[in-house]
Amino acid sequence: MGVLALQGGVREHQFLLEGLGARVVPLRTPPDLLGPDGLRVDALVLPGGESSTIDRLLRLFGTDEPLRDAIRGGLPTLGTCAGLVLLARTVLDPAPGQGSLGVMDVAVRRNAFGPQLDSAEMDLTTALGPARVAFIRAPRVETAGPGVEVLARRGDAIVGVRQATATGIAFHPELTGETLFHRRLLADATGASQAA
Amino acid sequence: MLKGGVIMDVVTPDQARIAEDAGAVAVMALERVPADIRAQGGVARMSDPDLITGIKQAVSIPVMAKARIGHFVEAQVLEHLAVDYIDESEVLSPADYVHHIDKHAFTVPFVCGATNLGEALRRIAEGAAMIRSKGEAGTGDVSEATRHIRTIRHEIAVLRATYESGPEELYAAAKDLQAPYELVREVAETGSLPVVLFTAGGVATPADAALMMQLGSDGVFVGSGIFKSGNPAKRAAAIVKATALYTDPGAIADASRGLGEAMVGINVADLAAPHRLAERGW
Repeated sequence: MGVLALQGGVREHQFLLEGLGARVVPLRTPPDLLGPDGLRVDALVLPGGESSTIDRLLRLFGTDEPLRDAIRGGLPTLGTCAGLVLLARTVLDPAPGQGSLGVMDVAVRRNAFGPQLDSAEMDLTTALGPARVAFIRAPRVETAGPGVEVLARRGDAIVGVRQATATGIAFHPELTGETLFHRRLLADATGASQAA
Repeated sequence: MLKGGVIMDVVTPDQARIAEDAGAVAVMALERVPADIRAQGGVARMSDPDLITGIKQAVSIPVMAKARIGHFVEAQVLEHLAVDYIDESEVLSPADYVHHIDKHAFTVPFVCGATNLGEALRRIAEGAAMIRSKGEAGTGDVSEATRHIRTIRHEIAVLRATYESGPEELYAAAKDLQAPYELVREVAETGSLPVVLFTAGGVATPADAALMMQLGSDGVFVGSGIFKSGNPAKRAAAIVKATALYTDPGAIADASRGLGEAMVGINVADLAAPHRLAERGW
């Protein structure tokens, strides 16, 4: 399992995945992702952090293109919070010059639930089952294309989506020890490697 | 989610935009950077609300602002202004030489400075959500930051060893650290602080930032080091890059090339004791 480790909550994802029996490697530069024999990882986590910072570093190190190709090619991927913003086709309120990987047909708004002041831990009903999660300066999905499955809502707001092998969630399951989404990612990775 | 990131001191909306563009995870909005506070002297206080609001409007990343140690009304004002974090900071003149702010009384998270583990745990007991080692702000001399992060990490390692060898000794350890037993035990069990640990004070170069990360810091504050240097935009981006790739000497070397003049430094050893900010806070 690869966890993008340019900035953000890397260690929490690592602990959760290792607790589920996975081996975790940090990904920073293209050689971390791509070896001579192709992809070095069976699945990918894009952690929370500051999406504008991670986006900038992805482009600076040239990790954005191979990452985009890998996800489009079917690498099982879970993006949390800033990771959801990176997956989105459109960021409605970008920082100056901010882009995204653009691999999911959704438009997102950053910090859609207010500043750090309004961060909260809560129980959420999701398509995968009930989940205890944390929202911190969370984004929300404003529009989702026809190929996108909605996994979770907070009130009216869409906060969890899935398209092909990519899952994007606006919240942090890793901070509350909620394993639902990571178990699904591991199952996707096992399925994908068996199919291959 | 600031971990692995660089937080930069800014005094204008333009500087805030430069910091955001360079990849800062947050900015610290203040009227004077520590180097100027040091040079100009006098009492340093919370910034003008207009300045903080102006900087908040200029960027989309979190904005922090400083309150004086113990000045809970400055903290109330900053919370009212909806800053994302309050830094109860020794860089400003203390308002209370006995008590720090009761941070449990606020919903906005606080970051506080510490020079050792006991001090860090006292701040956490008061409600701090983030600790930064103090270093010696406004000097460009990283030696105090190094000492503080090493001290905290060492004291955590000692507690961890005590937990393995004789957990009944943790009561006396709590007494020595002058910190609550429950927090001491938690650190001993987990081998880490219950909150993120950043480094601050004197960081001026990409290599300084990577040093702090290799010493076990979760991220870095850069105060005077960026906007007191020759080419702030380039230096800011270079420090962000070195912080992300902190184990890669080649990347740090590339980040260090052609940055122009670093901030003029002051050796901490040349500072008379009353001018050492790290000694404020208790």
